[in-house]
Amino acid sequence: MKLLRMTFHVAWLALRRNKLRSILTMLGIVIGVGAVITMVSIGQGADAAVQQQIMSLGTNLLMVVPGATTAGGARSGWGGVSTLNVGDAEAIKRECPAVSDATYFKRQVVQVIYGTQNWSTVAQGSDLSFPNVRQWPVASGSFFTQRDSDTANRVAVLGQTVVDQLFGPGQDPVGAVIRIKEVPFTVVGVLQAKGQTTWGQDQDDVIVMPFTTAERRVVGAQFLGTVDMIFASAESSSEMDEATDQIRGLLHERHRVAPNQEDDFTIRSLNEMAQASQSASQVMTTLLLSVASISLLVGGIGIMNILLVSVTERTREIGIRMAVGAKSRHILLQFLVEAIVLSMMGGLAGVAMGIAGARATSSIAGWPTLLSPTAVVGSFLFSGAVGVFFGFYPARKASRLDPITALRYE
Amino acid sequence: MSQALIEVRDLWKVYELGDVRVEALRGVSLDIAKGELVAVMGASGSGKSTFMNLIGCLDRPTRGIYRLEGTDVSTLSSDARATIRNQQIGFVFQSFNLIARTTAVENVELPLFYGDIPIGDQRRRALQALAAVGLGGRESHLPSQLSGGQQQRVAIARALVNQPSMLLADEPTGNLDSRTSSEIMELFRQLNVQQGITIVLVTHEPDIAEWARRVITFRDGEVMTDVAQKGRQ
Repeated sequence: MKLLRMTFHVAWLALRRNKLRSILTMLGIVIGVGAVITMVSIGQGADAAVQQQIMSLGTNLLMVVPGATTAGGARSGWGGVSTLNVGDAEAIKRECPAVSDATYFKRQVVQVIYGTQNWSTVAQGSDLSFPNVRQWPVASGSFFTQRDSDTANRVAVLGQTVVDQLFGPGQDPVGAVIRIKEVPFTVVGVLQAKGQTTWGQDQDDVIVMPFTTAERRVVGAQFLGTVDMIFASAESSSEMDEATDQIRGLLHERHRVAPNQEDDFTIRSLNEMAQASQSASQVMTTLLLSVASISLLVGGIGIMNILLVSVTERTREIGIRMAVGAKSRHILLQFLVEAIVLSMMGGLAGVAMGIAGARATSSIAGWPTLLSPTAVVGSFLFSGAVGVFFGFYPARKASRLDPITALRYE
Repeated sequence: MSQALIEVRDLWKVYELGDVRVEALRGVSLDIAKGELVAVMGASGSGKSTFMNLIGCLDRPTRGIYRLEGTDVSTLSSDARATIRNQQIGFVFQSFNLIARTTAVENVELPLFYGDIPIGDQRRRALQALAAVGLGGRESHLPSQLSGGQQQRVAIARALVNQPSMLLADEPTGNLDSRTSSEIMELFRQLNVQQGITIVLVTHEPDIAEWARRVITFRDGEVMTDVAQKGRQ
């Protein structure tokens, strides 16, 4: 214990004797550790932002779209044929135990007019499960009711973007009458702002109305009861696969898909998308990390270089220490501790620089960053390991000096 | 004659430098008793430095036996020899060999540090040793702030701080003027007479050898003469 303390003291004195040199040696480690922390913060920040956007669609969400996805031959794309209908959605809600709730919609781009303002947006006919499945409550007013749905009332719930485009500041949209495709609708509620999807689509640029109303007044479907998409929420994230299987089985049965026949629908999960984007950002983070690691490696070589110089310079001192009774392990420890102190101090400065770098990136470039404690602790410890690794060779070289030769060294 | 501190029997040191075989020491046998003040003389290449390295446990003999206080130390490992150097031998060199940019007292503490002495005792003993060589009050000076004689006194304090049984001085006055040389020799004589410390001086200067009570002269790796004398008072 005392030996360690004294060794640290000696190492500290030795490093202080060559302040500038020590600082320059540390610089490689400082930059390496700083880069690792900043890079990981940026990567994780971006990742978290993407995850949040994906999850903003709803949690544990499965999307069922009509049409096939398999490649080969000429096929219509997703949603190309209207093979899904309201009955499918209701059946999924009713018969799949792993599905907690489901909603469906049919959409069309429409022109809306209020007073002198007009705006082109998407009208979406849906059912009462919409706010629950999409985790999208109303901010003011209320969602439409079962009665509105049953009687195909001309009521609409507006997304925030539509409100912003049609109404002036201070104007309450709830209760106002807007015209969609020349049909007057009463606004009953405003949805909470939800922001963009991962692919940059403004989710708030939407008008939600009862499915029946949309079919009869707005969309004018050729086949009544067909839907563009079904959203189903699984009971929990661990039941996503189960829910997918149950939905597939149910739809096979309902659509009479023969075993050798291709599905006329596709089930996609948001978790898959989240995973895809996550692995993309992981690739990015790995890339940045490897660049940063190279910097750490170069820093380590710098430490080794300087320690070798230091061993040569202090050969005489090593000889003196050996003459008065230092064993080779004392000398080894001394130079090793010097390397570790050097790299750990560099690591500490690097941590400070990395945190500052992440903050600066957030405030200057406006990128989201998320400081990772793992990256901070990990890169700091790694800097220590770099010290041990690159310090070992010079330290061993010093410890193996012959005391007589070392004493006579000029 | 009191108990032998150093017993050397047929000591050989042979260096093999490629094809060349150099016999630096060729069968040296001698005893040095506790409390002696011995001068080892000889021209350069006579083997006196090799002899000093061997009895200082800095090196191992090729052949032969070296007993220090009755223990055979000629075959010890380098770590074991480090312990012997730390506990039983104090070195004084021609070029002082103090660690630069390190205060006098820290230099003196060095053997205590490697000798596992409690920190509190280290400083106290180092200060005592400095005071004993007449350097009280200069403990926080750096070697560069001290004169040659003072630096050599620090080195002597360092050699003595662990209370070794023997002090080995290799040309201790080689870098000093004659007045300072006399002062250092007087200090050695006092340590020898008053504290009974065994001192082995390696020198090529006859007037330094005058201080010793026994002069051993080396030539071509062998002891040529070994004579007792009165020793300067």
